[in-house]
Order: sequence, then C-alpha cells, then structure tokens
Amino acid sequence: MKIYGWGRYPTIDAQVLLPQTQSVCVDLIKGSQTVLPRGMGRSYGDSANSSTVIQSDYLDHFIEFNESTGVLTCEAGVSIREVLELTVPSGWFVSVTPGSSFVTIGGAIASDVHGKNHHLSGTFSEHLLSFDLLLGSGEIVSVTKDNYPDLFRATCGGMGLTGMILSASIQLKPIKSSQIHQTTIKASCLEVVCEQFEANHASTYSVAWIDCLLSGKQLGRSLLMLGEHAQDCTLELRKKKSLNMPIDMPSSILNHHSIKAFNSLYYHRIFSKTKTELVSFEPYFYPLDAISNWNRLYGKAGFVQYQFVLPKTVGVKGMKKILEVIVSSRKGSFLAVLKAFGKANENFLSFPIEGYTLALDFKMSEETVQLIKLLDSMVVEMGGRIYLTKDALMTETSFKKTYLHWEQFEEVRSKYGAIGKFASSQSKRLGLQ
Amino acid sequence: MKKILIIGATSAIAEATARILAQRGDELFLVARNQERLNVITEDLKVRGSLGVHSYFMDANNFEEHLPMLNEAFGILGNIDIVLIAHGTLSNQKECEHSVDLTMHDIKTNALSVIALLTHLANRFEIHRSGTIAVISSVAGDRGRTSNYVYGSAKAMVTTFTSGLRQRLYKSGVSVVTIKPGFVDTPMTAKFKKGLLWASPEKVANLIVVACDKKNTVVYIPGFWWGIMKIIKIIPEKIFKKLSL
Repeated sequence: MKIYGWGRYPTIDAQVLLPQTQSVCVDLIKGSQTVLPRGMGRSYGDSANSSTVIQSDYLDHFIEFNESTGVLTCEAGVSIREVLELTVPSGWFVSVTPGSSFVTIGGAIASDVHGKNHHLSGTFSEHLLSFDLLLGSGEIVSVTKDNYPDLFRATCGGMGLTGMILSASIQLKPIKSSQIHQTTIKASCLEVVCEQFEANHASTYSVAWIDCLLSGKQLGRSLLMLGEHAQDCTLELRKKKSLNMPIDMPSSILNHHSIKAFNSLYYHRIFSKTKTELVSFEPYFYPLDAISNWNRLYGKAGFVQYQFVLPKTVGVKGMKKILEVIVSSRKGSFLAVLKAFGKANENFLSFPIEGYTLALDFKMSEETVQLIKLLDSMVVEMGGRIYLTKDALMTETSFKKTYLHWEQFEEVRSKYGAIGKFASSQSKRLGLQ
Repeated sequence: MKKILIIGATSAIAEATARILAQRGDELFLVARNQERLNVITEDLKVRGSLGVHSYFMDANNFEEHLPMLNEAFGILGNIDIVLIAHGTLSNQKECEHSVDLTMHDIKTNALSVIALLTHLANRFEIHRSGTIAVISSVAGDRGRTSNYVYGSAKAMVTTFTSGLRQRLYKSGVSVVTIKPGFVDTPMTAKFKKGLLWASPEKVANLIVVACDKKNTVVYIPGFWWGIMKIIKIIPEKIFKKLSL
C-alpha cells in the first residue's frame, strides 16, 4: 500500500501493520526486520515513511484521567483532538499543541512538537511525565526524565527511531474557558513584527502570519496574532462539521497572482492597527483542521513544507536575507508562519532553538528542489536548522552540521537495540544507522 | 442513564458504539473473549464517562456459558435497556469452500451463537415487557454472492430470525432492531481496498445509537445501502448467477 506524509511527497510502497494490542506490537517488533512506528501521518515529508510501518490507529485508548491534577495517561494512538474532547469540558487543555489536532500523542513526542506558546512553555516533551517505550528487543521500559535520561532525550524529538511509544502520561494545564482572546496586530514589515514579538513576550500565545510575496519596504508584512485563554466563558466544544477537499486541485489554480490576491485580502481584512476578538480555541489553534484533506490544494505533485529556525544572534538580518530569496523566487505560498522561539531544551534532536522560525509551503517541482537547496545552504551557514517533521529534502551533511547531538543520539540508539530495527526513509537519507 | 449489555464488545463497531454510550454516562456490561483487549477497553470507557463498566470473558461459541453470563449481566444491571449483539468473524470464503469444519464453525459463530443468545434474551425481555434488542447483521445477508456466501447466509439467518422475533416481541413492547452495515473500515476488513462506499466505525456507531434510541426495525447503515440492496435484490436469479460480485 502506498503511504506518504501530509505533503504527499515523497511516497513509498509500504506494508502497514495495525496492531490492536500491546502484546501484538511486541510480536511484530520481534518478528520484523526494519520497522517504523507511525501515527496519523501528519508529518509532512518522509519522516514517517518506511517499507514496514506499525500504525497506532487501534492503540487509541485512554488509561487514566485525574480531573483534579490534570494528569492524563493514554495510549500513543490517541490524538490531541480526542484528548481535548475529553478534557476541555472539565477545564484542562494540552500544555503545548501543534497547529493541527490530528496528531497522535506518540507523534507529538516523536516530533517533540512546539506551538504558539514555545517562548514561555517550551515543547511537548517539557510537559511529558513518562512514557512506555517498546524497544527493538521486545522489552517495554517505562521512561521518565530521571530514570532513563538518555532514552528520554533521544526519544523526545527522535522521530520514532528509538522504539515504539506505547503510552504516555502528560500534564495538562487548567483553563477557565474554551474561548481565546485573540489580538491581531498589523505589522508593516519584518522589523516591526519582530519588535512586536519582543514587546509581547509575556503574551501566552503568539504567532505571525507573514506575506512571502511582498518585497522592498513591505518585505515581511505580517499580522501578529496574540492569544490568551479567556477567564469567564463556558467550557463547551464547538460542534461544527468540517469541510472536505474531495479531489486534487488542478495545480495551476495556486499561482503567484491568486496567492497575491489572497494575501492582500487577508491583510486588509483587519482595518484598525490592532483588533481584539473572542474566538473558540478550535479556529484559533487549528484553522486548517476545518478543511479535511486541505493538502489536496497543492495538486497531485504534493508540496513541501519548509520550516527552519535561525538563532537569535543572526536575528532579523538573517531572516531578511532568506525572505528576500523566497520573495524573488515568487514561489512562496499563502501559508507562511513566523514565530519567536524561546530557549532550546536538552533533547538530542528537538528542533527549537532560541530565535525566529519560519514555516511555509512550496508546491512540489524541480524548481522547488533547487530553491530549497539554496535555502538550506543559507540556513546552515547562519547556524540555523530545518525541522525534521517537515523535512523531505535535507542532505546528510546539512543534518550533521546542524543537529550537533546526532552522535549521542546514535549512541543511545545503539545502547537500546534500535539500530537496524527502526528506520525511516528520512533516517536513511540523513545517514543515521 | 441507560443500562446496556454489549456482546462482542471488542469488535470495532461495538467499541465505537460503546464510546458514544459511555460519553453520555450509560452503564455498560461488556462481553468478549479477548481478555487483554477487553481490559483496555473497559478502562478507556470509564475515563470517557461511563458511570459503570463491567466486563465478562466468554467465547460466544460455548453456548453453555451464555446463561451464567446473562445471569451476571442482569444481576448487576438489573433491567437492561439495550442489548447489542455485535460479535462475529468475516469468513474466508475460499477456505470455507474446501472445509466443512470451517464453514460450520463460521456459521456457528455468526448465526447459531447469535440465535442461542437471542433465545435466552427474548424470554427475559418478554417478562420485563420493555427494552431494545439490537443485532448486527449485514447487507451481505440480503443476497448470496460468490465472494462471501458463507458469511452472507449466516447473516441471512440472523436477519430472518430477528424479523420473526420482532413480530413476537412487539406484543410485549420489546423492540428488535436489525442493523445492516455495509462496508466498514475495521480490523476485520483491513485487507480490503477502501473506496467511496466505505464508512468509518464512528459513523456506523452514531447511526446505531440513533436506531436503538428510536427503536427502529431494520436499518441499513449508512442509509444509501438500502437503495443498493434494493437493486441487488430485484435482479432476477437468471441474470444474477452470471454476475461476478
């Protein structure tokens, strides 16, 4: 069966295993040559592609939820959406969430995902109390930061390459309302938006939507969106049916002109310099989850989501240089997101480092491959790195130059019998054993 | 809060249904033969909000275990509002063609064990003069086809038996709901290529809960299967025998 990531590039013909119990997982791991655990396939590139994948679809059970402490224990295949459906009505929210709720807890750990509150709350693993990991030997170990620090640091952000996460305990955070106070600030260029990020550091959530088609004085024109959990509304979930993109869009519909028009409309829809409104958490955190299969928008060839981070020392100047290249390529999409990261954590392969991160989609083509090559070299030179969860094209050299702890990662994998057992198309491309 | 007995509780459709019932606070008595899975599901349904989840291990093919199981279920729940019979296996048609034992075994699992359970249940519900007995049959039971007539004929027996039972229990105020799902994307059908006609267990479960609450008689799930099966049933046998379905 053909499988692929959310970007639908690249694809691989794979055997998909769907265990229903943990003991079947043990048998499958023992009986297989090389496998890779896989959740909902929402990473974009080839990080969840492998010739044999063990999918966690049926490992989607809750184990325990303590409503007074906000500690939730569940199997790895439970999605963030399912967690929120359970916990929001009793006043608990995930401490860190990525931009889609169609992500499993196992996947969130393996990618050590970050969200709009990274500058204050760090990554997903920083709120992870413990997890059960099935090793290559078939042994199940219960991992915490203290009892297996090496395995914890390797597995969080480790892209499923240390073993299969079976279940996890996470600490949720209390909320008084399911609504978000959203403040939108217009920023006329990159310098202004970066200043605004600094000025609003205390804001719980912050992210900027950035126009990647404008050049010159308007380079980096953005809408900065700040958010705070409301204090005095209900804890209800929104009951809204999602739309669906039933077919692949003809890829010509998304072109320079249509995107430019969209971007302009989107920016000018906000009239005043700042605007505050009360919105449900669903559209605030997961705007694209409302459209099933939105990835079909990019047509058959698929797309690459390119996300990199530049260290704070390089700052606005570095981001400006890269933006200029993206703008002059005229290939930038309308889904470009800018975020200021807080401090990095200790995990070997976790993506965030203190600085600015930009994520945007490129429709897949030969020119895109060339453009990404150029961007990669700039990012590497400036001391930045590419997010493994989005990556489909990075070279081994770039990876090893930018993820400095890769050798420690390999040592831990070797120590716990992961080498040769767990591998993905990506891990092979990046020169991991 | 309703009191609900589910037999075959680890089947994907039953589990998805139980999740909806648990969320609305119903009390559940779950019966299945896979202990590891039943334990996991029991804990999960408690977290999801069920005010009581009880589990019981039983192989439906051991008919002598039916009565003790029902005694315990009625003992714990008292009056049962809904019973859902959901157990079954998808026969391997090709293997069945070469094995009488396998064919008989599959008929036993999918038809005879259901009828044995229904016989006990009917008498208890008749005395209580209330409640709903919902049984998962299949569109496959509407007409025999080359590709799965062993499974289909077992389900046909279930459909016909429940039709008769519905008439009998109507007088006592007991509803019998025959549920006929079409193609459902479950572990049982993992090997099949999925297309437009396929439904998720969650969708099927939602429709089952509605059918049980409304005390419907025969429901095709999703509804468009009613039209498809209508057409399949009117094709004359002379022509039908030449088709490869």
